[in-house]
Amino acid sequence: MAAGMSGAAPPKIRIRGLRKSFGEKRVLDGVDLDVATGTSMVVIGGSGSGKSVLIKCILGLIEADDGQIEIDGRDVLRMDRRERDTVNAGIGMLFQNSALFDSLPVWENVAFGLMAQRGATRAQARQRAAEVLAQVGLAASVGELSPSELSGGMQKRVGLARAIAAQPGIMFFDEPTTGLDPIMGAVIDGLIVDCVKRLGSTAIAITHDMASARRIGDAAAMLYGGRIVWTGPAGALMDSGNKLVDQFTHGRREGPIQMELRK
Amino acid sequence: MNTLLDGTAALGRGAIGVCRVVGGLALFALTGLSHLLRPPFYGRMFLRAFVEFAYFSLPVVALTAIFSGMVIALQSFTGFARFNAESAIAGVVVLSVVRELGPVLAGLMVAGRVGAAMAAELGTMRVTDQIDALTTLSTNPMKYLVAPRLLAGTIALPFLVLIADILGVLGGFFVSTVKLGFAPGSYLVNTVNFMTATDVLSGLAKAAVFGFIVALMGCYHGYNSRGGAEGVGAATTSAVVAASILILAFDYVLTELFFAR
Repeated sequence: MAAGMSGAAPPKIRIRGLRKSFGEKRVLDGVDLDVATGTSMVVIGGSGSGKSVLIKCILGLIEADDGQIEIDGRDVLRMDRRERDTVNAGIGMLFQNSALFDSLPVWENVAFGLMAQRGATRAQARQRAAEVLAQVGLAASVGELSPSELSGGMQKRVGLARAIAAQPGIMFFDEPTTGLDPIMGAVIDGLIVDCVKRLGSTAIAITHDMASARRIGDAAAMLYGGRIVWTGPAGALMDSGNKLVDQFTHGRREGPIQMELRK
Repeated sequence: MNTLLDGTAALGRGAIGVCRVVGGLALFALTGLSHLLRPPFYGRMFLRAFVEFAYFSLPVVALTAIFSGMVIALQSFTGFARFNAESAIAGVVVLSVVRELGPVLAGLMVAGRVGAAMAAELGTMRVTDQIDALTTLSTNPMKYLVAPRLLAGTIALPFLVLIADILGVLGGFFVSTVKLGFAPGSYLVNTVNFMTATDVLSGLAKAAVFGFIVALMGCYHGYNSRGGAEGVGAATTSAVVAASILILAFDYVLTELFFAR
């Protein structure tokens, strides 16, 4: 079943039959997923289940083998490079490890997209970077620092600032709270929710942090065996009635999900 | 029969592997070069790479050139003295430095310094998703990271080699006049008489090719690195080894092209 449908309104993101293999290993095996406009969709799933591959396929960072990925009704897999770049310009991405550019100061990291996509001057970009840093709770002076001088939580916030700087209509979050303490994780989740609501963006977050999933998501989907096996409201994650989801969300060893452990 | 088939299959796989690597490298180089012809061009990235190539490599290249010139003068003297041909030392030093040692040693030094750093930087960017992040920010990584480095390497190394040529000749001059007792004036006259514009220009042309090779190997191995810290280390090693071998191989090819009769 496709997820996140609301009435007859067309979904912002519509995925059908998405397949991706690496050699013999089939990671995505016919993913179907709908994300309605303005919805925050959380995709959960075990390590190596293909969550990051799914997002990278949507962004064009990994070439899908087959299927359709429609954004605003247009199949991005059939677009040429220039059209694809135009679509990608409307997408913000927060990477798992923030992926800040080591060689640039924080403000240039935040404003990189503005200078690259919109031709902002360095002065304009610097001013906008200070504004966006303030939105994620960082002082303008942080902009002068190098990414290596920041803590993990601050790097996440800078990564978030970079993702929202161009005010994208779609945002992706790859494991936004991984490696953070619970309090900083909650802070990042709060900032993500604030930013998404303020911009009215459609978001997909992938995580296996259940607290984070419930805080960020309006809707949720579980990826298992290369397919979406459950979709529903994020609030129902802990009591979904689906054996796969219940085992995963409650962290039970026993259940239909068999971990590949060497005996 | 099976052994024969297995051997043939292994040979075929090896040949296909070589073709894949060579084809991939050629495609990478052409893609990088094609981005130099299409805007936008990232001048700041070019300047950064140029400074890294030319300015920060200057000390190591200068020292290498000076000592090489000194050694050639000394070796030539001990060898040529057997044939009473000491007067040819100035010519030997200038031709050796300008035609061969200048470009080759500068290329090898820069491969070890800049090529390795380039591979490590791009490799780290690859394994920490920074290259993917560039793509999500509507920036083509080949245009932003690779094209400026290829251009910088190609332009910077001839400048370095020009300086290395001068310093190498001065090293030979120093040993010849201070230690071996040559008259400074006649040594310099001999140096100028032996040297032709072709000698200098062929060395600079070699330097441009070697600079391109160093940048290409650093970018290619770094850009395509996989597997975390170990992958970055392997990419760095591969970049230096491949660049060094290609520099020596192309040195022969270019020498054949310029001087073989």
